[in-house]
Amino acid sequence: MLTMETNISKIRQDFPALKRLVRGRDLVYLDNAATTLKPQSVIDAITHYYTDLSSNVHRGVHFLSEESTARFEEAREKVSQFISARQSAEIVFTRGTTDAINLVSQSYGKTFIKSGDEILITEMEHHSNIVSWQILCKEKGCVLKVAPITDEGELVMDEFEKLIGPKTKMIALVYVSNVLGTINPVKDIIRLAHERNIPVLIDGAQAVGQFPVDVVDLDCDFFAFSAHKMFGPTGVGVLYAKAEYLNLMPPIQGGGDMILSVSFDKTTYNTIPYKFEAGTPNIAGVIGLGAAVEYINQLGFESIVQHEKDISAYLTQSLGEVEGLKIIGRAKNKVPIASFVLDHVHPHDIGTIIDEEGVAVRTGHHCAQPLMSRYGLPATARASFSLYNTKEEVDILIKAIEKVKAVFK
Amino acid sequence: MTDNRELYQQVILEHNRKPRNFGKIETYTHRAHGDNPLCGDAYDVYLSINTDGLIEEINFDGHGCAISKASASMMTASLKGKTVEEAEGLFEEFHQLIMKKMDPNKDTHKLGKLTVFSGIWQYPARVKCATLSWHTMKGALNHTSEITTEV
Repeated sequence: MLTMETNISKIRQDFPALKRLVRGRDLVYLDNAATTLKPQSVIDAITHYYTDLSSNVHRGVHFLSEESTARFEEAREKVSQFISARQSAEIVFTRGTTDAINLVSQSYGKTFIKSGDEILITEMEHHSNIVSWQILCKEKGCVLKVAPITDEGELVMDEFEKLIGPKTKMIALVYVSNVLGTINPVKDIIRLAHERNIPVLIDGAQAVGQFPVDVVDLDCDFFAFSAHKMFGPTGVGVLYAKAEYLNLMPPIQGGGDMILSVSFDKTTYNTIPYKFEAGTPNIAGVIGLGAAVEYINQLGFESIVQHEKDISAYLTQSLGEVEGLKIIGRAKNKVPIASFVLDHVHPHDIGTIIDEEGVAVRTGHHCAQPLMSRYGLPATARASFSLYNTKEEVDILIKAIEKVKAVFK
Repeated sequence: MTDNRELYQQVILEHNRKPRNFGKIETYTHRAHGDNPLCGDAYDVYLSINTDGLIEEINFDGHGCAISKASASMMTASLKGKTVEEAEGLFEEFHQLIMKKMDPNKDTHKLGKLTVFSGIWQYPARVKCATLSWHTMKGALNHTSEITTEV
């Protein structure tokens, strides 16, 4: 196992984007919650597919197609083992987390959730886990319920439990908030839900790659995540679902690959997971995701988690010392994501001025407008760290924030 | 490489700190609300236009970043006492300036202090901040009450 501190410079060598100069300065990339940078091994895997394989999967009898199919299905196996699924048939490839959540709402939701039923989410959801359910509510006449959070950014568990009622037919919540960094006690929530026979969907976009995820240990029914937030390519993601659910769910898209036989009278759908993967998939993307899983496995979660704890503590302490700065999201259990606001300075002005120092952060509502309203803010600035970020980069961020204050003094 | 001191010039910072013609006015003839849904900036622009087509009062209200607030403030200062026709002309010129379709040092224009925004094309993400209040004003003149930067 690599120890992170001694090997951080070696890890940084793996990410070619970190060699870029931005406005004449070294890039300080602190927008990892939006998307992480990609290691060379992921880029190479994608290039290898287009250079050497470049054939379709699941249909050819020729050499290249068999090889593409093998690499594609190996990636499914790697993802399955990575999140400890019982079988790789429980891994459905999607376009991303949003696509995965919509698959559940449109397939499971439309079939099993009726008028008057309730879907329980939380105040800290990303728009993807709000709007997909609102669409279902509009279609089916079901009701969206929202569990509150504290000012620190933690779920109010008593209130959460009170909101679970006889009409609750789905609980859908984020594992790690993309704005607050809060790690939610999803295992406890899943236990509460299962005592009442309610399925639970976890939006794991910000969780996978940060710490080990074991879907069997969590016992979640649905788990959605994206490749691009865990060092993989954009445009590909995963819906994990228990096989018993996938078998009950109808496909929402018809086409090639998702069928066993087609006639004008009757079509027989393919088995899981293929019945949910209509059309030629993002083959290069899936193979790239497999390479991303391998990259994380090779570093090992023990060192990744330790590094993120160290960075998180240092970040919170350093930001805490900046006069006039307020951190939004102070949960006890969180990942190194820090949303913040500065007295008398709009987040967009923060973002533009620190960009001049080479520091990339996200500013805005972070696709979580209801959460912004909860805090009475139009926007925040957000610095989000990953395994290649250093304490020196925290220092550079702080210096850049001091420059912002000097401009607006 | 540009320095953002070019963007955050003293005149912009000063208008951000002390915006002119800020706050709702009670009697107005034209009003519109402008939103930038991507960043949450939101302004109302109020105009009081007399029968001769003269802008007697123009105020704005709302919240946003320094660029959007300073731009709104400077717009109201420029348009007060102008005719509707002149306001529409300045809208066009400001648009040309922002899109780098005009060289304020060579081309003739009536922008005055508004040329402080000439470097903003270098910050594509911030162009909409500078133009939000102008589009809102134009909407008010055209009796369009809701303006958004996203079409």
